[in-house]
Amino acid sequence: MEFKISNRAKLVTLSLIVVGALFTLIGAFTMEEHGLQRFLASSLTNSFFFFAIGLLALFFLSLQYATETAWYVSVKRMIEAVAGYLPFGILFLIVTLAVITLYDGAHIYIWMDSEYTNPSSHHYDSIIDGKSAYLNKAFFWIRTIAYLATYYLFYLGFRKRSLEEDRVGGTAIHFKNYKKGATFLVFFSVFSSMQTWDWIMSIDVHWFSTLFGWYVFAGMWCSAMVVIILVTLYLKKLGYLPRVNDSHIHDIGKWIFATSFLWSYMWFSQFMLIWYANMPEEVTYYIARIEDYKLMYFGMFIVNFAFPMLILMSRDAKRNAGILSFVGLIILAGHWMDVYLMVTVGSMGPTSHFGLLELGMPLLILGIFIRVILVNLSKAPLTPVNHPYLDESVHHEI
Amino acid sequence: MADQVIYAMYDDDDILKDGAKKLVAKGVKVAEVFSPFPIHGIDPIIGVKNTRLGIMAFLYGLTGLTLATIGMRYFMIVDWPMNIGGKPSFSYLDNMLAFIPISFEFTVLCAAHGMALTYFLRNKTLPGIPAQNPDPRTTDDRFVMEIRTSDNTHFSAAELEALLKETGIVELDQKEIK
Repeated sequence: MEFKISNRAKLVTLSLIVVGALFTLIGAFTMEEHGLQRFLASSLTNSFFFFAIGLLALFFLSLQYATETAWYVSVKRMIEAVAGYLPFGILFLIVTLAVITLYDGAHIYIWMDSEYTNPSSHHYDSIIDGKSAYLNKAFFWIRTIAYLATYYLFYLGFRKRSLEEDRVGGTAIHFKNYKKGATFLVFFSVFSSMQTWDWIMSIDVHWFSTLFGWYVFAGMWCSAMVVIILVTLYLKKLGYLPRVNDSHIHDIGKWIFATSFLWSYMWFSQFMLIWYANMPEEVTYYIARIEDYKLMYFGMFIVNFAFPMLILMSRDAKRNAGILSFVGLIILAGHWMDVYLMVTVGSMGPTSHFGLLELGMPLLILGIFIRVILVNLSKAPLTPVNHPYLDESVHHEI
Repeated sequence: MADQVIYAMYDDDDILKDGAKKLVAKGVKVAEVFSPFPIHGIDPIIGVKNTRLGIMAFLYGLTGLTLATIGMRYFMIVDWPMNIGGKPSFSYLDNMLAFIPISFEFTVLCAAHGMALTYFLRNKTLPGIPAQNPDPRTTDDRFVMEIRTSDNTHFSAAELEALLKETGIVELDQKEIK
């Protein structure tokens, strides 16, 4: 069945974009201090958050390919559509990172500023200098381009073969996807951690945590699953997906439940070890967040952990569209808050504000994000017609 | 009155499932099905109730959590206060983070063992308990449906057998249970 974007959806996404752009502009011109830094921090938060949702949808797709899963076929196009935001996400991220680099880190990546690595400068920082073999502009961009190019090429390949499978059928494409999916996982397992060190952890440049990459990965995976289920529920409500049954919804619900726990587990592991050891160079990360943003930081943890745990525990809740959308929207906001606290507090410390700009930027990118997903959905049949496991998926029952 | 039990044997789980569907539609009550593996979708057909094992899992987990908390509070705070990373050693709440992993592990341990034992007890399959299945072949490649005459008083044994014979059985057996 072909999906057509309703006028209402067009209007809503357009107004999100317009309101978001308006708020961003008003916010940008009325900022008093740290203007550029605040703008770029907000831009990095949002471009990374939505990029990562697209990326984790691509990861989830390749996971299904590599494991030759059958149940997901009915919801495959929804996953693909969310992954289809990737080209835009990459674009926004590259622009943000390029502007930050042009301004020598703009006080976000202070290691980009040569003042900190110049021994004769009074800003000289021997810790940053010690990391400069890895953290320098040239190598940073080599890595960034390598990650993004790999993701983009795999995305193009997956999408091309998926549409080709609709036309030609057979199992040749399925087995090719199996190999490519496994290959992507190998790259992704390394890159997902490293990109987080480069783009997020290097904001708190003195601080380090081996677990940080997985922590961010888990949070973004959870957000991606939430977006996938919201898109599926939306289409199902409009009557587009007769072949998606309660069991598919239940399974994605389980993924949300599981990834929420994965995220909470990572959060706790990182927090407890640092709390236990209580070493000055490690606790700085938490001191910056707990001293100035205590409510927001622990509130975010409670929301992202307790909400899905208590509400999504039962089988019936994971099959109920209303409960899933309610919990999904709340934890999506919770994970956005998580990224906000990582980027903004890391770069601005106690001087950050939550104003029109911080509200407008996510709305703007959210509008574009939803619009891109809807356009992607309208470009291909909503159920893959020739997937070898289509029959299994249609009869999926748990 | 002595209870008569009819065992109908099948060599395919799908045939058994279709047979059960037909019998239930005619008002026959199927008491039990023996199979070497779980037959997907048989539960709603023969009217098996949803398992309550989840409720027991919760109770066992709660027991574990309580025991772990009481134990750790006594060992580490009351009886012999321990210095945990220089943290205040006279308060359970202040050191809670250090106790969470053990609370979690003990909760899981109690829930998992409790569930496994309950499962074996309820099914009477604890080691040493004699097997309950009517025919050893149900652990290999045969499927047996058990029908009791006491459950189906409006059918005679002969009528039940006639109905069963229409469903593609490979063998039929009867037993008296006192």
